Amino acid sequence: MESLFLVIATLCYLSGTVGYLIYLLKDREVLPRIAWTILLVGVLFHGTALAMRGIGTGHFPVTSMREAISLFAWIFVVTYLIIQIKLQLRILGSFVSPLAVIFMISSRLLPTQGILKSGSFRSGWLIAHVTSIFLANALFAVLFSLGVMYLLQERRIKKKNFGLLYERLPSLERIDSIAHVCLMSGFPLMTAGLITGFVYASMVWSSPWNWDPMEVLSLVTWMIYAVLVHERLAVGWRGRRAAWLAIVGFSATVLTFVLASLLLAGHHSIISGNLYG
Amino acid sequence: MSHIILLGMNHKTAPVEIREQLAVACRKEVNPLHMLPHLDHVDELVFLSTCNRVEFLFTCGALAEGIGEVKALLRTHVGLPTSVPLDSYLYVHKDLEAVKHLFMVASSLDSMVVGEPQILGQLKDAYRLAVEYRTVKTVLNRLVHKSFSVAKRVRTETCIGSCAVSVSYAAVELARKIFGHIQDKKVLLIGAGEMAELAAEHFLRQGVRSMMVANRTLERAVELAARFKAETVPFDLLLEELKATDIVVSSTGAREPIISYRDVRSRMRERRNKPLFFIDIAVPRDIDPKVNEIDNVYVYDIDDLQGVIEFNKEERLSEARAAEHIINEETIKFRNWMESLNVVPTIISVREKAERIRQNELRKTFSQLPDLTDKEKEAIEILTSSIIKKMLHDPIMFLKKKAQRDTRAVYMDFTLQLFNLIEAMDEVDAAQAENEKTEDATFLKAAKK
Repeated sequence: MESLFLVIATLCYLSGTVGYLIYLLKDREVLPRIAWTILLVGVLFHGTALAMRGIGTGHFPVTSMREAISLFAWIFVVTYLIIQIKLQLRILGSFVSPLAVIFMISSRLLPTQGILKSGSFRSGWLIAHVTSIFLANALFAVLFSLGVMYLLQERRIKKKNFGLLYERLPSLERIDSIAHVCLMSGFPLMTAGLITGFVYASMVWSSPWNWDPMEVLSLVTWMIYAVLVHERLAVGWRGRRAAWLAIVGFSATVLTFVLASLLLAGHHSIISGNLYG
Repeated sequence: MSHIILLGMNHKTAPVEIREQLAVACRKEVNPLHMLPHLDHVDELVFLSTCNRVEFLFTCGALAEGIGEVKALLRTHVGLPTSVPLDSYLYVHKDLEAVKHLFMVASSLDSMVVGEPQILGQLKDAYRLAVEYRTVKTVLNRLVHKSFSVAKRVRTETCIGSCAVSVSYAAVELARKIFGHIQDKKVLLIGAGEMAELAAEHFLRQGVRSMMVANRTLERAVELAARFKAETVPFDLLLEELKATDIVVSSTGAREPIISYRDVRSRMRERRNKPLFFIDIAVPRDIDPKVNEIDNVYVYDIDDLQGVIEFNKEERLSEARAAEHIINEETIKFRNWMESLNVVPTIISVREKAERIRQNELRKTFSQLPDLTDKEKEAIEILTSSIIKKMLHDPIMFLKKKAQRDTRAVYMDFTLQLFNLIEAMDEVDAAQAENEKTEDATFLKAAKK
């Protein structure tokens, strides 16, 4: 039942994405509305599957990499759906929804092996840590999409070479101001996520900092966003550079997940059994 | 025979300082038209002054004297000392050249931004003034009126006009793509030109509330400021204004760029990197093209804007060629009319028209009466031709008598209208032009192959 729901959710995300991509080429107002609704249906199935999993195992569903990324994909799509309601910027869907599909499919490909075998998955600190980190990263994923949109549009205007997308993409200032909001709400969440992570770590492993590769990379990522926040607020950085840094930041986040989870050893990793198993 | 002369200077021949001086002088003082009674050799006079051109259109009997008088009028009116070498800035077009030039000006083919629509309005104002001062008579009346209709033809038959309008439209659209909402943006207008004013007007109409004007001549700045409900900025402090401005529309006549890479770059930090959009309408350019390389700064010159509306140069050139074809055609028509103002051609065309009517009527009569003998036919022919000869005898004698008077143009024109000869003439011309057109087309096709 649960895996059926996940398949349905994946298919929903996929067809929603197709709808948004067609919208990119054809300016029909119904397309994004349909695509949005399909995504919503996907989210409902996906959420039900996650809840069933959580109730079934009695854990917050982040016990494996597959569960974690699946949860992240869900939070990401929910975040996008809410942003879409707030902003009514339909074209954003064309840039965001492919990411949802990528997250969802990569979660299906990841191993189901448990991350931690201790009973610590019920801790409120862990739930706070995971939720805020995932929410922050969802916002940063949107920020990434906005960065891509900005760079595309900026290039069109700067090079005076107007292609297909020029008409469809919003104004530079609009993209930039949305990016600003995403960054300014994502960054405190990420900071909170790191702090709760440290608290949880010090409770479970009696030390807040264990030189776990994920910890190190997360801190690097946090610093990238910290630079971006600082430059935006203090110097008024915006536009192309800010867009690039947002893209670099999210790439670093993805790298953090991929590297730390698959290749390196540590208590965030699936092969962490040797340490804490 | 009187000559049509067009004497003046424009953005191509005179530096902006001279033109501005002229324009300002001509604006605030009494119109030079009131001097016409003091000009012995000049018959009719129209005076056109815009920020990019100052032109006198006049007719005179004696060429050298007339030109000399108008030049002197220009000099005294503006108050230029004789030491300033005016001649090198001036062009003098005679007769057909003058007609063609006026048509080019009216159709906006001679404008800094080809196709901008304001020039026609300015020409109409100039004409209205000339009518008020009663300085236009038969020739210039017809010529200026003709220039209006030529402009209209060019506008409707080619895309030259839509080109300029869409340039300022494109500028606003681009601003929208950069800023989103432009209502709360600050626009700085540097210099003044037909196109810049058009763009400024467009921005105002789109809801821009804050506008600044910087101009080398304060009077001009004040005038523009009043028109656009703007504030004036001293020209020397214009770079400081970049800190608070979002959109700069520039069209000075400066030979060198007035805003350099370093000027902008050093001010971006103070702007907190807010986007800055330069619309550079001037030719040569006011903004160093390198400025476009700075982050969050966008520089569009007139070619870029025209590129935006997908008017590539080739297309524009072919439009300009089409427009020029219209102008050449109309110039020839006007020449024909001018020639008809001479007595002999007028008499000839009156006779021709009468003969044409006679032949037509004869044909009709003969076809209805097939039983007529040759003798009877001959009698009818003689009868009709002598009626016409006798009918036309007095008018023709009258015209011949007026041939030596200065006012003959009036009588000739009146005759043309009385016998409705202009239309007939135009029809012949149109047929000719049509022939030429098809010839051109076949030539082009052949060339393409």
